[in-house]
Amino acid sequence: MKFTLSWLKDHLETEASLSDICERLTMIGLEVESVDDRAVFEPFRIARVIAASQHPDADRLKLLSVDAGPEVNDGKPLQIVCGAPNAREGLVGVLALPGTYVPGIDTTLSVGKIRGVESFGMMCSERELELSEAHDGIIDLPADAPVGTRYADYADLIDPVIEINLTPNHPEATGVFGIARDLAASGLGTLKTPEVPRIEGEGDVGVALDVSSATCLGFALRRVSGVRNGASPEWLKKRLKAIGLRPINALVDVTNYITFDRGRPLHVFDAKKVAGALKVRDAQEGETILALDQREYTLAAGTCVIADDKGVESIAGIMGGEHSGCDETTTEVLIESALWEPLDIARTGRALGIITDARYRFERGVDPAFMEPGLDLATKMVLDLCGGTASKRVVEGVKPFEPKEVVLPLTEFQRLTGLAIEPAEQERILDVLGFQPRRKGETLVTTVPSWRPDVDGKADLVEEVMRLHGVDEIKPAPLASLAAVNGKILTTAQIRDRAARRALASRGMVECVSYSFVSEAEAKAFGGGDASLKLANPISADLSDMRPSLLPGLIAAARRNAARGYGDTALFEVAGVYVSDLPDGQKRVAGGIRRGTAGLDGTGRDWAGNSPAVSVFDAKADAFAVLEAAGFPADKLMIEAPASEWYHPGRSGRIKLGPKVVIAEFGEFHPTVLKTLDVSGPLCGFEVFLDKVPQPKKKPTRTKPVLTLSPFQPVRRDFAFVVDDQVEAGRIVRAAEGADKALVREVRVFDVFAGSALGEAKKSVAIEVTLAPAERTLTEEELEAVSAKIVSQVQKATGATLRG
Amino acid sequence: MSESDTIEAELTEKIAAAKDEAALEAIRIAELGKKGRISEMMKGLGKMSPEERKEAGPRLNGLRDRVQAAIAARREVLAEAAIAARLAAERLDVTLPVRQGAAARGRIHPISQVIDEITAIFADMGFSIAEGPDIETDYYNFTALNFPEGHPAREMHDTFFLSPDDKGERKVLRTHTSPVQIRTMEAQEPPIRIVIPGKTYRQDSDATHTPMFHQVEGLVIDRTATIANMRWVLEEFCKAFFEVPQLKMRFRPSFFPFTEPSMEVDIQCDRSKAGEVRFGEGNDWMEILGCGMVHPNVLRAGGLDPDVYQGFAWGMGIDRIAMLKYGMPDLRAFFDADVRWLEHYGFRPLDMPTLFGGLSQG
Repeated sequence: MKFTLSWLKDHLETEASLSDICERLTMIGLEVESVDDRAVFEPFRIARVIAASQHPDADRLKLLSVDAGPEVNDGKPLQIVCGAPNAREGLVGVLALPGTYVPGIDTTLSVGKIRGVESFGMMCSERELELSEAHDGIIDLPADAPVGTRYADYADLIDPVIEINLTPNHPEATGVFGIARDLAASGLGTLKTPEVPRIEGEGDVGVALDVSSATCLGFALRRVSGVRNGASPEWLKKRLKAIGLRPINALVDVTNYITFDRGRPLHVFDAKKVAGALKVRDAQEGETILALDQREYTLAAGTCVIADDKGVESIAGIMGGEHSGCDETTTEVLIESALWEPLDIARTGRALGIITDARYRFERGVDPAFMEPGLDLATKMVLDLCGGTASKRVVEGVKPFEPKEVVLPLTEFQRLTGLAIEPAEQERILDVLGFQPRRKGETLVTTVPSWRPDVDGKADLVEEVMRLHGVDEIKPAPLASLAAVNGKILTTAQIRDRAARRALASRGMVECVSYSFVSEAEAKAFGGGDASLKLANPISADLSDMRPSLLPGLIAAARRNAARGYGDTALFEVAGVYVSDLPDGQKRVAGGIRRGTAGLDGTGRDWAGNSPAVSVFDAKADAFAVLEAAGFPADKLMIEAPASEWYHPGRSGRIKLGPKVVIAEFGEFHPTVLKTLDVSGPLCGFEVFLDKVPQPKKKPTRTKPVLTLSPFQPVRRDFAFVVDDQVEAGRIVRAAEGADKALVREVRVFDVFAGSALGEAKKSVAIEVTLAPAERTLTEEELEAVSAKIVSQVQKATGATLRG
Repeated sequence: MSESDTIEAELTEKIAAAKDEAALEAIRIAELGKKGRISEMMKGLGKMSPEERKEAGPRLNGLRDRVQAAIAARREVLAEAAIAARLAAERLDVTLPVRQGAAARGRIHPISQVIDEITAIFADMGFSIAEGPDIETDYYNFTALNFPEGHPAREMHDTFFLSPDDKGERKVLRTHTSPVQIRTMEAQEPPIRIVIPGKTYRQDSDATHTPMFHQVEGLVIDRTATIANMRWVLEEFCKAFFEVPQLKMRFRPSFFPFTEPSMEVDIQCDRSKAGEVRFGEGNDWMEILGCGMVHPNVLRAGGLDPDVYQGFAWGMGIDRIAMLKYGMPDLRAFFDADVRWLEHYGFRPLDMPTLFGGLSQG
């Protein structure tokens, strides 16, 4: 919503400065978005051409000697080169000096040489000052215009333009009058708007009216006959231009003016172009209209229109039609002031994609009580500007307006804000706003005015009093503390998210936050792509599906970094993935990838040893790090190969808790998937499904189990087994661990190799077993016995033979 | 000069000239070994007359002791030289670089870090962290929050819709974290003090908007919470978050469907230096959050009687306050995963924001 300061002062008697008014507007909830103080016009001076002669080297240019008064150039004349055909001796025009910004050509002037002759300024056209499109010549002022003074003062150009950012709850502030009323209620001046005179008119409107659409809540129409339509007067054009509207002709300008002055949109038809009766009806599917914006719209069934025998003439509440519009030839005009159902207008406007000043107001809610005064005000302006005689008004289809009553307890303001305000002040504010407050016991009974459809309950009235009394009057008051020392506030899941992040970052990985949506191809490659998780209106085709996994986003991130020259990346994310559109279909996952040589110890080449390409084991170690950080001991878990189909079938695995619950997957990726994602290079990754990690058991104390330390030294024994190369090392380790649970403390695989010496499809797995006696040092016989048991257990479990 | 003097002179020279331990040992064996020269001379003592022995005994003993001492002293010198030589040989070029540790390379994303900062502050004020799903029903995202069907306020949200299901119902990606207000009221009796950080989505993409962004919502519901309390909570939060001792804030009336009265809040700042915003100084105002008293219809939707319970709520952009505090110029970079950006703006894994140790380092 835009208006000028002088326009506001038509309605508001105030001594307040521009900055005070703007400050107050913002503080009463009408946030000032921008103020154009029009200072751009200040440097332009009125100047007289005292001599004009031909430029020596250019036929079309003249050399002017210009007097711009005693303050400019110490009163001496300036030499100016000018190409305007009307430049002549004696002309009084508008001068821009070097250093002045000229808005119409978006240039700051400097002293220039034009065809070899210096020019110390410029005589301006109206277009150069953005006053009009006129550019046939320079501005030609009356001879008595005061030379040397500011042109802006002479032409009254300095009328600051204020734009406010209107929230949907202020339909009353879509007009300058309503804004003035709010300012008055806040104590900044008094309202001085005259009553709109009632115009009864004479004679019939001469057009039959038929209202059948439920969207229409009222329709008033009047004819003014014998008008002379033409350009509006300067004051009107100036105001419309100041707020960014293009003056068209007086009849159209009047409707635009009242739209902004009163928040009351209107429409004018050229009565001679209307055929038959005007029907306010719902459109049939597929009806079309060429609208005033020169575009043709196809209407959906049920769109409320104003039509005549030829078809649709106007889209109700949004935009008029080209066919019946008013132009310079119009002599008979029909003025429409109607009221429309806000939600219908909003829906139609959205469907057609039309944003107009009328729609803006009707969808917020236009004052129903001002429908007829609006018609009269427009009639008066048309009669004043275009002459003619007004008919009687016709009013049809009016749905009665039932005012709401809201009771405000006198204590309600304090209950919600904490600040006590005198009842009289509450009453005063509500009274100026038109709520007609009446004291009844400890309450104020109010009637919501017709221009405030947004007000429903007492909280709304508290807001009205608050914004006009001053929000800053409410001083901060501490919120009572609930406890001296606050307890833990995070849930286990939240703690795990954080722990996973810190654990992965401390493993040299960098946290990303990627979009929750991926392309369909990416979703499908990672087990997603379900129709229920597709966006109906994605921002682009590659952000169309809710992600089933963190991996495609991370792999794409690695690809982008590699394309920038950063190929060795270790990235992770801890966030949600989506397996269904239900609340519990959103799963917490910690996922990560490593590309190139970005292992735990670093990347690339180093004098002490180069980093190897990343592999499944880097991803496995990351997954275990997350599980450890989530407080879940890794020794309870089973490893199974392979992982899901997007992983390399021979280089991936899943970490399981029991036979069914998969709590993590890790590995290198399937080449087909990498091709789909257009990424290359050594790449491995993992995902830990944090929701699957069991909740820790609640314990009555934080005491840790008793620690018993053995005084006897542990003993280490090495064993090398030859097994079929399909036998998993994990089975050998488990068998050795199980050989004597009391004695075997740790089993480490320290060597794995295959070679022809071992036989076809065989490998050697060497383990170091640590035995930790608790009661006494082991004798040689006991050692032999436990060693033999380890060997036999491993042989039994895997078919291994002990290598000699 | 006696023979022993001659020997001593000879040996003193020889010992001093011994190049290494082996040469020294050879001298020792040749002179003091079982068959050594001095040992042999000492054996001759037994055959001497008492007078001769009285003279030769101390002389030879003295010779032996001095030679022994000389050898020991020389051995000490040689040992020290050997250590010095070994050390010289073991010298390494310590200017060779070492690899940076993993914890020094890793980074926490600014969004995670700022959520931890927010959590630290609100935990101290007795708030818990609540969460909710990103995919919401129309009811939780709009209707329960007092956005009537067809209301223009819905349009301001540029909602992402999922494909309609069999019944023609379409889920939305939540446009704000406010649905969690309703979910919390449904699940928990007042008093309620929660903050809700999370992802939010709007169908919007330009220099200052991304289709996904992060918000933090706060909700307090009890029987007495007022705007005055809200001002206090928000002012304390902003001071703590921006780590400044004083901060002026401006509360302006505004509109949100789910609060009444509603306000937008600006904070005082100085933007005169390019690329830097200083809070608590200067004459500029910067909009930072929206807030208000929970609308009676929202309380009702949460199953609470608005004449008994009351409270306030606020919401602000996590990405935005992160940008303001740490100076990132472009929102889009938050989601681009450019490792150069993450290394520069990210946080080290051991930099845990706490109130006792400061939210940020330095």
